[in-house]
Amino acid sequence: MSAPVYIAGTGVITAIGNDTAANLDALRSGSAGMGPIRWLETRHQGQLPVAEVKSSNEMLAEKAGLPAHFSRTSLLSTIAAKEALQNAGIPDLGKWRTGFLSANTVGGMDKTENFYPAFLQNPAAGRLREVVHHECGAATEITADELGIQHYVTTISTACSSSANSIFFAARMIRQGLLDVAVAGGVDALTRFTLNGFNTLMILDSQFCQPFDENRRGLNLGEGAGYVVLVSEKVAATLANKPEVQLSGWCNANDAYHQTASSPDGTGSYLAMQGALKKSGLKPGDIDYINLHGTGTQNNDVAEGTAISKLFAEAYPPMSSTKSFTGHTLGASGGIEAVFSVLSIQQGLIYPNLRWETQMKELPFAPVTTLQEKKVEHVLSNSFGFGGNCSSLIFSRIN
Amino acid sequence: MYIRSAAAVSPQASFEALFTGAAGYQGEQLSCIEPDYTSYIDPKLIRRMSRIIKMGTAAAVESLKAAGLEQPEAIITGTAYGCLADTDAFLSRLVEFKEELLSPTAFIQSTHNTVAGQIALLLKCHRHNNTFVHKGFSFESALLEARTMMGENEITTALVGGVDEIIPASHALLRRFGLYRANGDSLRLVNEPAKGTMAGEGAAFFVVDTQQSANSLARLDALQTWYKPSTPNRVADGINALLAEQGIEWKDIDLIVAGRNGDTGDDALYDLFKKDIPETSFKQYCGEYPTATAFGLWLASHILHEQRVPGVEGLKPRRILLYNHYQQTHHAAYLLSAC
Amino acid sequence: MEQLMQTLKEQIIRQLNLNDKKPEDIGNDDPLFVEGLGLDSIDALELIVLLQQEYKIKLANAEEGQTVFRSIRTMAQYITDRQAQDAAAS
Repeated sequence: MSAPVYIAGTGVITAIGNDTAANLDALRSGSAGMGPIRWLETRHQGQLPVAEVKSSNEMLAEKAGLPAHFSRTSLLSTIAAKEALQNAGIPDLGKWRTGFLSANTVGGMDKTENFYPAFLQNPAAGRLREVVHHECGAATEITADELGIQHYVTTISTACSSSANSIFFAARMIRQGLLDVAVAGGVDALTRFTLNGFNTLMILDSQFCQPFDENRRGLNLGEGAGYVVLVSEKVAATLANKPEVQLSGWCNANDAYHQTASSPDGTGSYLAMQGALKKSGLKPGDIDYINLHGTGTQNNDVAEGTAISKLFAEAYPPMSSTKSFTGHTLGASGGIEAVFSVLSIQQGLIYPNLRWETQMKELPFAPVTTLQEKKVEHVLSNSFGFGGNCSSLIFSRIN
Repeated sequence: MYIRSAAAVSPQASFEALFTGAAGYQGEQLSCIEPDYTSYIDPKLIRRMSRIIKMGTAAAVESLKAAGLEQPEAIITGTAYGCLADTDAFLSRLVEFKEELLSPTAFIQSTHNTVAGQIALLLKCHRHNNTFVHKGFSFESALLEARTMMGENEITTALVGGVDEIIPASHALLRRFGLYRANGDSLRLVNEPAKGTMAGEGAAFFVVDTQQSANSLARLDALQTWYKPSTPNRVADGINALLAEQGIEWKDIDLIVAGRNGDTGDDALYDLFKKDIPETSFKQYCGEYPTATAFGLWLASHILHEQRVPGVEGLKPRRILLYNHYQQTHHAAYLLSAC
Repeated sequence: MEQLMQTLKEQIIRQLNLNDKKPEDIGNDDPLFVEGLGLDSIDALELIVLLQQEYKIKLANAEEGQTVFRSIRTMAQYITDRQAQDAAAS
């Protein structure tokens, strides 16, 4: 058995709050973050609800300590990653080999789409500073530079499962002795590109989404960033606040069924959850809470639900989709939900699946609809995406 | 980690062609010589695939075939820019039609993990599937993940690849940053340093294995990256440390495969490592792009396996140092030995 | 109707990149999905865009496509009916 990897800190920014404390308050009080589009400039304003971070780029830039013309992606990423490192409070960080392992799906697209109209007219036109941070890796480097992290940087992009993958790649690097400290998770800002992309797939709900409900109509897009600070046992020993949670299991599996659609029986989801349990050495009955991928689309919820009903048939743990609060934040969702999973163990909370009304006829279980306070030892968090990418993480209390 | 096979779709037809007559390109860029994709990819899948997806999939299938492996235990790709043609198509239409009448296919295919996802779909491979998108570290991250998975005993084999494409819009943009020389001649790119390089593209895939097999091409002894080193000497020190870890010295290196791209500023860094060791380079064959080291590793692997070096007669290297940097920000060193 | 069906075949081949198909390969009553032409859920969305772009017809939801896109004939019939309705309404 390799060395454990501890969670030393969390940082998060979403439509329900600009930091961990604010997110926790909203999760406790059941306040969803969706609303009419305010900051994103799009013709869909007034038609599609989204879960925007409630700040302009100028406000975010001030908080991040970066120029306001930087991509919203890099601003959100920097704010949450800074919070995570502060929260971890690692003394003498400079002496450790620290990495920043992030994830996103569209990088600086929010700026590129401002650049493109002029560029399409004339390839010599358009301000280059609008595209210089287009690549997915650019937001990662802006944040890493701001945090002073140099030892290792990378970025993962596997659509909606991106940041779950960055978290367990970080864990492996620590276990293999390649890093001592890793800030890992992901980010995505709302863009016209993704909003219109999901709109062409006809899976956006024009009302607030209802994950795992028989009458669900689709997803609401959201934005944000979520990071956890992973540390080795050696680093954990130096911390004033002893970590309570460790990353105990993970698995990435592929559905290999269709480019976008999930297989009806949720093969990939099943394999990911089963693999994570195996890695952690836990049994299905040990899981106290499942943070569902739960986008609210017809296809995802039935596939994920079917996989859960196969794996957990003996006793269904409480489960909910916190996308009913934050919307679907794409490349950020795995990171944000990792933070929520850690908080679930630390605070003894199981979050409600908001707006749930009607039992899905295909499933023998229902999500939790009201806040529950109880001891939580092990949380399973699911993140699935296009390309058949399915990843599951398990967080456990350190005993 | 052993390199069991290496296959590339690149501006060169084959490793053999580098001896019999390497393809040369004039102007600002080198373009891939593409195979007949219908022999690699199911026609039902091919109709939606843009060029980069076909390039990546063909290189992946070819490398699996060469390794005699049907199902890898992991599929890990690196791509800095992702599926540019689909991204450009969706974005252009979004602008032109003012967010109306958009077609879903370009959006779906634009996600960075499309190449890895399509390979999984083609192979019906349910195992680990990941895509790294970090500029000049995209491919190195993919290899590093394979290494950590082997270290955790999660896998023994992986399909790992690096892929990037040039499209007219991306080239028009990148040239505005002053990266390219106007009248390049690719085969003389490295020998005639000037301001600017030539743009390149390609897909190179590898089957890597914890075990040596009868036809392993090479052994990857070490891989290290450096991000924005404060001084070039930090990389030099790092490489010295890497050699020391392996218990070898500079004199044990038979050949340096350098990522020289002909740009005077960029190439100055390679001179810092200039030792009394034979050196060859690879960007005269593939051009400059963020995942060009995948092509460099393809070249180095075949050199070690076939014991011959394009452009250098009589040299039979047993140990190679592959060193590359991308825009002086992303540095990578690979230490390889013959099997 | 015959003319419309011929045009639809050409438009579908173009929109869906069915490079190995010619209009005469597609029968008017052949199923377009799964066992017939082998189209899938992404193609259904593409056909919705095609209807909107070429015929100014907007489907209310993706499910409606399942009946409309059964075959070339059902598509042509749907277009003809919608156009007649629109003409009557205006």
